[in-house]
Amino acid sequence: MKQGIYTIGHNRPLTADVWEMTLLGDTSPITAPGQFINIKLEGLFLRRPISVCDWDGEKLTIIYKVVGKGTEQMSRMGAGEQLDVLAGLGNGFDVQKCGEHTLVIGGGVGVPPMYSLAKALLAAGKKVTAVLGFNTASEIFYESEFKALGIDTVVTTVDGSCGVKGFVTDGLPANYDYYCTCGPLPMLKAVYNTAPTSGLLSFEERMGCGFGACMGCSCETKYGNKRICVDGPVLEKEEIIW
Amino acid sequence: MVDTKVTLSGIVLDNPVIPASGTFGYGKEFAALYDINCLGTFSFKGTTREARFGNPTPRIAECNAGMINAVGLQNPGVEAVIAHELPEMKEFFHKPVMANVSGFSVDDYAYTCALLDKEEQVGWLEVNISCPNVHNGGMSFGVDPKAAAEVTAAVKAVTTKPVYMKLSPNVTDIVSIAKACEEAGADGISLINTLLGMRIDLRTKKPVIANKMGGFSGSAILPVALRMVYQVYEAVKIPVIGMGGVSSAEDVIEMMLAGATAVEVGAANLVNPYACRDIIADLPRVMEKYRINNLTDIIGGAHHG
Repeated sequence: MKQGIYTIGHNRPLTADVWEMTLLGDTSPITAPGQFINIKLEGLFLRRPISVCDWDGEKLTIIYKVVGKGTEQMSRMGAGEQLDVLAGLGNGFDVQKCGEHTLVIGGGVGVPPMYSLAKALLAAGKKVTAVLGFNTASEIFYESEFKALGIDTVVTTVDGSCGVKGFVTDGLPANYDYYCTCGPLPMLKAVYNTAPTSGLLSFEERMGCGFGACMGCSCETKYGNKRICVDGPVLEKEEIIW
Repeated sequence: MVDTKVTLSGIVLDNPVIPASGTFGYGKEFAALYDINCLGTFSFKGTTREARFGNPTPRIAECNAGMINAVGLQNPGVEAVIAHELPEMKEFFHKPVMANVSGFSVDDYAYTCALLDKEEQVGWLEVNISCPNVHNGGMSFGVDPKAAAEVTAAVKAVTTKPVYMKLSPNVTDIVSIAKACEEAGADGISLINTLLGMRIDLRTKKPVIANKMGGFSGSAILPVALRMVYQVYEAVKIPVIGMGGVSSAEDVIEMMLAGATAVEVGAANLVNPYACRDIIADLPRVMEKYRINNLTDIIGGAHHG
């Protein structure tokens, strides 16, 4: 983890309330897909934890949904403005644990971390299939980005307005040997109960600090108490207690 | 050259800045970021007789200029702290540490403090009496002068280390609690713990925190903390550690003028992990600005002439 000042490269809407922002600065603290950053915003006490969608040597990309005061403030910021960021938080997905054909399953704003994960899996020589779940056609984002990676990409919508009608669990392919997933808790639970293989699941929790000091985001697992912010957000299927 | 040293029950601190219990773990998350030997000391995570998971989540809610937490004293228990945390801490922190202790009965406090008393690394015991007393209908020890005195006496009986009683602000008369602790033998008073508060989510129309209520901290509570430190300083002869909403070198000095010998920094650590390091680095500049040569000289300065 490292604190730094990052400059906004671009900040653009992908849908009515989902935005993509690039932050220029030191990306060396980010070591695995599925990690997150914690952003300080003017006038708000706690930082805002947002998962990293992608990163390279110069910039990182985040995708966030406008749900409250913090994300609303972020959506009003523009290129050139600066943000105080703690980067490289959380364990992220361990690509070594993944199978030869790994599903990356994202729901809503759980989709973004699946993007750099898919790239990392491909770089490790693994076959990847993406299953991306949304409520409705107008809320879909990043479908073309996933397809551009050259991987099979299944889109599901709850109302059936695009792709497979239903939840991500309705769009799972027949054969795969591992999965990684991020999304709302009911979705994680449904994937856990549906997919027969082992997998990695990324959890969300309200956080105080984001770096393990306050114990605000603790959960009980079969491997002992864990803090979602530093021992997670990614947990192994086998350790989860619902 | 300004002098930032203060003396807390016979132990000299390089400066009065102390990360508050519950915001600094057992130090290792911060030691990974900077050399925490720059601190006066730190007060480690509230430790109890048995291991505790604490409350269900969500445990955190944001407020204007502050936050609410209802962690519920998650800690590995005193035996694990002595077996694992203290030896590990020795590797990265080379000053006496402040051991923060909680309990749910007088016996719990005495048991935990007796074990920590044997630890050379522990410089002071800071005894949090905001916890519910399971033998008295769950009423907090800290709201009753008699119960506060009982805990103080029980802890004093098992230790030779200086004992600081950490008071809850959720009382009608903080002075009576502080005096009861002093009369029972406390070596000092720490205040304030968090203020009981809550937030409600407009979408779910339910409390944000699973425990419904929690402790409000952060810069919003500084004026309340200053007032209580000021009142307690006037009423007792033992030293006071002031805390509550401190997030800058200016706040440290203000707290000392109110009567604090040392100052704890809490929620600020969670927002800026470098907060204490930055405050310590900034102290000489702020002292010079306000023509303060020696921090010890200003303790309680707001009370005089």
